[in-house]
Amino acid sequence: MDLSTILQVLDSTVRLATPLLLACLAGLFSERAGIFDIGLEGKMLAAAFLSAAVAYTSGSAWVGLGAGIFASLLLSGIHGLASITFRGNQLISGVAINFLAAGLTVVVAQSWFGQGGRTPQLAGSARFEPITLPFADALREVPVLGPIYYELISGHTALVYIALLFVPLTWWVLYRTRFGLRLRAVGENPAAVDTAGISVVWLRYMAVLICGVLCGIAGAYLATALQASFVKDMSAGRGYIALAALIFAKWRPWYALYACLLFGFLQAFALRPDVIQTVFGFKVNAQLLDVLPYILTVIILAGFVGKAVPPRAGGQPYVKER
Amino acid sequence: MTTAPAIELKGISKSFGPVHANKDISIRVMPGTIHGIIGENGAGKSTLMSILYGFYKADAGEIFISGQKTAIPDSQAAIAAGIGMVFQHFKLVENFTVLENVVLGAEDSGLLRPSLARARRELKALADEYELNVDPDAVVEDIGVGMQQRVEILKALYRRADILILDEPTGVLTPAEADHLFRILENLKREGKTIILITHKLREIMDATDTVSVMRRGEMTATVKTSETSPQKLAELMVGRKVLLQVEKAPAQVGKVILDVKNLNVTDEKGVHRVKEVNFNVRAGEILGIAGVSGNGQSELLEVLGGYEKGTGTITVNGQTIDLTGAKSDGRSRRERGIAHVPEDRQREGLIMDYHAWENVAFGYHHDPKYQRGMFMDNAAIKADTLEKMERFDVRPPDPRLAAKSFSGGNQQKIVLAREIERNPDLLLIGQPTRGVDIGAIEFIHQQIVALRDQGKAILLVSVELEEILALSDRIAVMFDGRIMGERLPQDTNEQELGMMMAGMNKGEAA
Amino acid sequence: MDAMPKWADVVLIPLISLILAATLSALVILAIGESPVEALNLMVKGALGSTYGWGYTLYYATNFIFTGLAVSIAFHARMFNIGGEGQAMVGGLGVALICLYIPWPHWSLALLGGTIAAALFGAAWAAIPAFLQAKRGSHIVITTIMFNFIAAAMLNYLLIGALKPKGSMEPATGKFPEATHLPSFQDMFSFGETALFRGAPANVSFFVAILACIAVWALIWKTKLGYEIRAFGHSDTAAKYAGISPTKIIMISMMISGGLAGMMAINNVQGEAERLVLNAVEGAGFIGIAVALMGRSHPFGVFLAALLFGFLYQGGAELALWTKIPREMIVVIQALVILFTGALDDMVRVPLERVFLALRRRKGGAA
Repeated sequence: MDLSTILQVLDSTVRLATPLLLACLAGLFSERAGIFDIGLEGKMLAAAFLSAAVAYTSGSAWVGLGAGIFASLLLSGIHGLASITFRGNQLISGVAINFLAAGLTVVVAQSWFGQGGRTPQLAGSARFEPITLPFADALREVPVLGPIYYELISGHTALVYIALLFVPLTWWVLYRTRFGLRLRAVGENPAAVDTAGISVVWLRYMAVLICGVLCGIAGAYLATALQASFVKDMSAGRGYIALAALIFAKWRPWYALYACLLFGFLQAFALRPDVIQTVFGFKVNAQLLDVLPYILTVIILAGFVGKAVPPRAGGQPYVKER
Repeated sequence: MTTAPAIELKGISKSFGPVHANKDISIRVMPGTIHGIIGENGAGKSTLMSILYGFYKADAGEIFISGQKTAIPDSQAAIAAGIGMVFQHFKLVENFTVLENVVLGAEDSGLLRPSLARARRELKALADEYELNVDPDAVVEDIGVGMQQRVEILKALYRRADILILDEPTGVLTPAEADHLFRILENLKREGKTIILITHKLREIMDATDTVSVMRRGEMTATVKTSETSPQKLAELMVGRKVLLQVEKAPAQVGKVILDVKNLNVTDEKGVHRVKEVNFNVRAGEILGIAGVSGNGQSELLEVLGGYEKGTGTITVNGQTIDLTGAKSDGRSRRERGIAHVPEDRQREGLIMDYHAWENVAFGYHHDPKYQRGMFMDNAAIKADTLEKMERFDVRPPDPRLAAKSFSGGNQQKIVLAREIERNPDLLLIGQPTRGVDIGAIEFIHQQIVALRDQGKAILLVSVELEEILALSDRIAVMFDGRIMGERLPQDTNEQELGMMMAGMNKGEAA
Repeated sequence: MDAMPKWADVVLIPLISLILAATLSALVILAIGESPVEALNLMVKGALGSTYGWGYTLYYATNFIFTGLAVSIAFHARMFNIGGEGQAMVGGLGVALICLYIPWPHWSLALLGGTIAAALFGAAWAAIPAFLQAKRGSHIVITTIMFNFIAAAMLNYLLIGALKPKGSMEPATGKFPEATHLPSFQDMFSFGETALFRGAPANVSFFVAILACIAVWALIWKTKLGYEIRAFGHSDTAAKYAGISPTKIIMISMMISGGLAGMMAINNVQGEAERLVLNAVEGAGFIGIAVALMGRSHPFGVFLAALLFGFLYQGGAELALWTKIPREMIVVIQALVILFTGALDDMVRVPLERVFLALRRRKGGAA
């Protein structure tokens, strides 16, 4: 196997890991604040649809991105209302949001575009185009490093770089700012936050809204960067894989990056049966690679490879005790 | 005198649904004093203080801080008004460091580092000033409860609190730790801070406070100078009539050994060694009381005996060994061996709060053949049985179809007691029999325990209330740090000696 | 004392939640330029206006009874089994194997065999997450979600591999033998010339579903096991005190839950398709969540809610046929039902409790 094949696989690893990473960081903010979110999938899907629809009508991928974030934020608002204001079951709320998105996107897409629940193809500026980093062309011929820079590092859409920047940013917010300290505290012991004179409700809404923004970017990436239109159920379980990655990463930002790259790599690998055959010398079932993230997560959850301890107040609505 | 009171409350009322937790309460707390508030469990003390701290909103009434009328809609406002609170259950983030906990909510700016640096300096100054030494970099879950309490006090002082409220601060402390706490409070008072001490322990009030207010059933019954009152008077004010904690009982008619515990060790799930080499026995017809500050292994001891904690060692009941691990070490097997168990926490363990009274009366005994009909449970038989038991134990209202959560604490406890005592066990394990129970029910419960003893049953009583231990027990063992410090006969000992032992000191060492 | 009478909790709250969900759905239909009234008319006519419509409605309802009961049982033990979908898939695998490889002499025996196989396979699929929850503390919600994906992949693998008949291009098993075919409502209720339920997939499994409702009711409220499951669900600490083994309850309740979800396969696989196809479950496992929430985890409530969702499903299919409203509209309604009856329960409950408290106070004042 040659360098260019490896680079191709790694290149699609980055592209496939990007939505996972954004959704995973989204979940990280929410769950670190004590709000479980299995509705990542739905928020991505809603954002994918609205971003594609608006990008198509406006002709601008960036306007589409804004619309995607808006759609995701709406669902975040519902999740916040259910799990923070009305102290409902966060898991059930997440399930409801996933269905709401799965249903509404198709119903609305059908009503707007009449193409069987999809949006028209996006072209030109309605789509995020790859960015060629400085000197990429010039350095292309440099042995080994040149192709790596040109193929792997350069040539992605803006959203990929944004997603990667969110990793150090998330780390910095979480561990170096007042907001991060409070956010982590509210996920561990909301009563401590409340008695310290900080609003639990405000903090948790902030976390849920940040989660919405990140899921919005993730969804927009799917429809306007990775693909060039919205199609029914296009999130295809990525929200759940992101959730798996979050557990895999034990709710930590840098580990989230590694987990998402790993899961992205598995997806990229599964798309290249020819490469698999050369690497292993025999056919590896593509389904096996598809489910590997889930199996790995179950193993992690089972605590056979280091126990994943979620934030202590996770999943419980905060009620002042009598 | 022209100094305004540090705190003045006027006509505070608060209800939770149909329950009046506070009724028209007025109180004045003078600056630079330690003001005690005493009352039974459920008298409304904690609610009142939670209102003062902005945790609850009062339905009616006014709050004045240093003479200024102040609205306290939330904890933020309370902190701004210079009020700090140390809750009974600490409000700390367990996996944060001491420093992070102190800074949380009182950061200087959006960035964390400068705040942490300043807090570190200030913590050191506070530690020197008030004997409040804590390692700022220790993670909270790794330090003891006494230390955690200091973190809570530091949190309040770091926020420049002038008024410090402590809710039942000694409940989890050994007498030595409690003494240290009171020294800290004295220091704070000397610096001009005002302290409100909420407790139900008369001795603390008499030892530590300048003024004391008494609460009963949501009302403030009196405020007096501590030097001008006596424990007896306060007790009367607390319960509304003369209390007779002396239980009428004949000398014990002791029989053979029923429960024999040898070399018992318990290590909990977190790997903490909770019970260490414990040996004791309980004979037929006697009550063995186990005294101790909560958290010294008594709970785990009861849990092992009750079959839901694992242990090592040898335990025999009626001469037969019982399993301490494996399938035969569960509540059901214990009941089959004639062990009944009234657990320490009836709401978490003894009852299913959402189950009806009749379902609760079968609880743990639901395998009993007389409750079965074919492959189904005979619910009618259970209901009939429940009604009988409720009447015999004077449970009010005697309605088997009410949910357990609808009964008062005392009546809930009577339901548990009826279920366990009516089984005619050889051995009764009973933990905190009167916690959160009103005075009337306390007498009744104590009589039932003594009556069971007089029928020749063995009773193991665990209580953190020393008075209760002294009133009921025929023999007293004291537990400290998982060990039994020693055994005493009630007539040969007193609260002081037992208190020393509860703090881990034997008579010889204490001298 | 409870703030509300029991009937309000059991009937009024689900009803109000349902009305809220229906209102929002109507708004969605309005927003896409269709008439809600007409849509409802079409749905009623399509789902309930003929024995054919009923045949579909009851067919769907049968699926939802099984998955609804599955989620309910787990709820009673305070566990959220999101894995009904995967368990039903694997149940289908069980049915397929037993129908394909055992020569059954008569459909009644095949039904019995199919039921047992479906239940065992479904239970086995639920047993792994249950074991991990009981012994390793792995969150059951996450593991059951993961197991849905794993089940789908496994089925996919088998249906394009070992189970696919030679020469076939479709990812499906071959047709089951004649003797395993279950009598449909058409077979059972047509007399002479009058053919009722013609062509509709409702079949004898509907009655198995009703039996399952009764059995679950008896189990939960009349047996020691049900008593223990509910006790554990209300308070795991108290259950431990009483000598009820958490491991046992988690394992048993999840396996019953998985078994019930798996049993759905006698309806959709053995009864309707008569072979195992990819995506045979079609989301019924998830609808079980809505059905259980709506039915307040009571078998009778589950039965009614399943009928309602059967109606929505068949009605929704009719809508898609005759209007521009796509089938996914049902998914929206399902989402709203889950949202209002499950997650936003307090939004309805709290104001209602206040109303009842005020009413009682007024009564108390007058007395």
